[in-house]
Amino acid sequence: MPTNLLLAITPWPAISAVIWVVLLVAVLYLARNTAHQAIRTASGAIARGMRIAAHSVRQAQDRLAARNREVLLAAGREAKERMVEREFMRVSETVRKDLANYPHLHRALSEAITQIEKDHQGAVEVPPDPPGWVKAVETVSKIEAKNGANEVLSDIHKSVVKAHKEAMDAYRDASAERHELLRAMMPRWRDVQEILSTVDKKVEGLLARLGIIDRHMQEYEAIVKGEDKAVSVLSSSSLVHFFVSAMVLFVAIGGAAINFTLIARPMAEMVGGTSFIGVFKTADIAALVIIMVEISMGLFLMESLRITRLFPVISALPDKMRTRMIYITFTILLLLASVEAGLAYMREVLLQDELSTSAILRGGEPQVSNQFLWITTAAQMGMGFILPFALTFVAIPLETFVHSLRTVLGLLGIGLLRATSLILRVLSSGFRHLGTLTERVYDLPLFVPLWLESRWSARSPRAEAAEVAPAHAAREEDLREVAS
Amino acid sequence: MKRIAVLSCVLLAACSQSAPVARNTGVYLLLDTSGTYRAELSKAQDVILYTLSKLEPTDSFAVARIDTGSFSEKNIIAKATFDERPSAANAQKRVFAEKVKDFIARSNASQYTDITGGLLQAVEFLNEKQPGRKTILLFSDLDQDLQKGYVRDVEVPFKGFQVVALNVVKLRKDNYDPREYLARLDHWKQEVEKSGGEWRVVNDLDHLDGVL
Repeated sequence: MPTNLLLAITPWPAISAVIWVVLLVAVLYLARNTAHQAIRTASGAIARGMRIAAHSVRQAQDRLAARNREVLLAAGREAKERMVEREFMRVSETVRKDLANYPHLHRALSEAITQIEKDHQGAVEVPPDPPGWVKAVETVSKIEAKNGANEVLSDIHKSVVKAHKEAMDAYRDASAERHELLRAMMPRWRDVQEILSTVDKKVEGLLARLGIIDRHMQEYEAIVKGEDKAVSVLSSSSLVHFFVSAMVLFVAIGGAAINFTLIARPMAEMVGGTSFIGVFKTADIAALVIIMVEISMGLFLMESLRITRLFPVISALPDKMRTRMIYITFTILLLLASVEAGLAYMREVLLQDELSTSAILRGGEPQVSNQFLWITTAAQMGMGFILPFALTFVAIPLETFVHSLRTVLGLLGIGLLRATSLILRVLSSGFRHLGTLTERVYDLPLFVPLWLESRWSARSPRAEAAEVAPAHAAREEDLREVAS
Repeated sequence: MKRIAVLSCVLLAACSQSAPVARNTGVYLLLDTSGTYRAELSKAQDVILYTLSKLEPTDSFAVARIDTGSFSEKNIIAKATFDERPSAANAQKRVFAEKVKDFIARSNASQYTDITGGLLQAVEFLNEKQPGRKTILLFSDLDQDLQKGYVRDVEVPFKGFQVVALNVVKLRKDNYDPREYLARLDHWKQEVEKSGGEWRVVNDLDHLDGVL
């Protein structure tokens, strides 16, 4: 209807349409500068807003990255301190043990060496006495035979043979004694060798441990200096810790669920099978509470043993108090495990009772007891007893999970902020271009007056320069915006 | 995760201060022992055992006979409100099943059929127990036959009750004129629904799943 009215200003609709188009183009041409300014201002305002938003998101990202870096370095520093402390304790323990043993070792070594020296002295070969009868033989040989020299020589010969035999016997005895002494030296040498190799091993172990400490210290120094490499290593190990601990926690949740199944049914015997708290069975809630208490006791036990450090208050307790806490938490855990074992037994009894009743209600005979039933009963009881203690160890992956979660959340936050910043920048640039495009689209129906204007401007260069300058400035500004 | 959700929901539930809602079920089963229907009692035993297997601790269950004058506690064959402890409830169920078995073995046919009296007794019993859900199982051919002198022209307050007619067999006369059978069903339906009850008919006893 309005279109018909518009086309009815002249008797010829086509002419009416032409008139309207001309009028519209004229109006648009007259409002061109104002419209361009409006479009430019609007798109510029939106683009600037987005750029400012992107900038502040970027700042937030930087702050978060810095914070994450601090957290990561602090965690790494603490972990390294713990490692170095533990290594030093091990070294101290080794040195204490070995040094305590050192006087004994030294005495054993000295005794062995003294004995060896003594034996060595004893084993020295004694040279035989020089033959005193040689000169006598020479003298007798110069006496004539008729003066009875032959007899003398014969006697001497006998004496010599006898002396030789005695000397040989004495020599053999002495040699045998020396050999005996040398043989006795062998185990002492072995003792000495053994003692020295033990010392060597211990020293080598100590050196290896010192090498580990050196490595830890280098890493610690890198962390203290806040080196990028250290941050990168810590970040990647934090991610690994996160996924590993999450997996272990998932397994632990499975264990807790099995534990729950074991005790929820017999709990109904204690708290009633149909009482509810809200929409949940009281028996289920009671079973869940027992499991939660077990996990809590496990956490406290691990804290008291200083295996985990989730609660600084517990770590800071005096040793005496901490020891008491260990005993108390362990006793509670033991009691709860015993209760669970009892409940697991009760579960099996109830199950059999229920099966028997079901059999009767189905019109059959009660079930005959299975001779291998004790196996499942014992297995359930064992699981009921062991699972609470197994759940105690959840504290270790939980601590790792909590610590690594901070870093992982930080990394996720950084990624999210980075993506937001990028999107805002792209949108900012997009709006800037959209403004330019809108201007061009606005000019599209005005091509006739604009062409005429350009022809007119061609005749007056100053006017053209005056017209072109703001357009250039606007384009340059656009480029700057896009570049930023 | 389901288990973990339980604890978080507990806290929410603990915060909401709502009045305790009874979640138990009360079932009253009426057994027609009239001459024409007595042969069906063996089927009733299966229904009773099925019902017992479906009931849980704190539920109430009673089985009563319909005879000449059914508005009496003496007509109750067995009744029990099951203990909170599942083991005790199982023991009660076994005793209950034994009682029903004995009754079916030695029950006599009654001359008349006072269904309204039985229903009134059922309503009284279940109202006294105040369960969360009240169900009356009517194991009968629904053919009421009152002895002279018994007045049953009363409106039974069925509001909040589910009445399930089980195994409504066709009588010989129904074969001649099925309208009588349909009229009987319609009569009891109107009786129940008129006073705010819910009416169902289940003739296939192998499919009692939705009854309780």
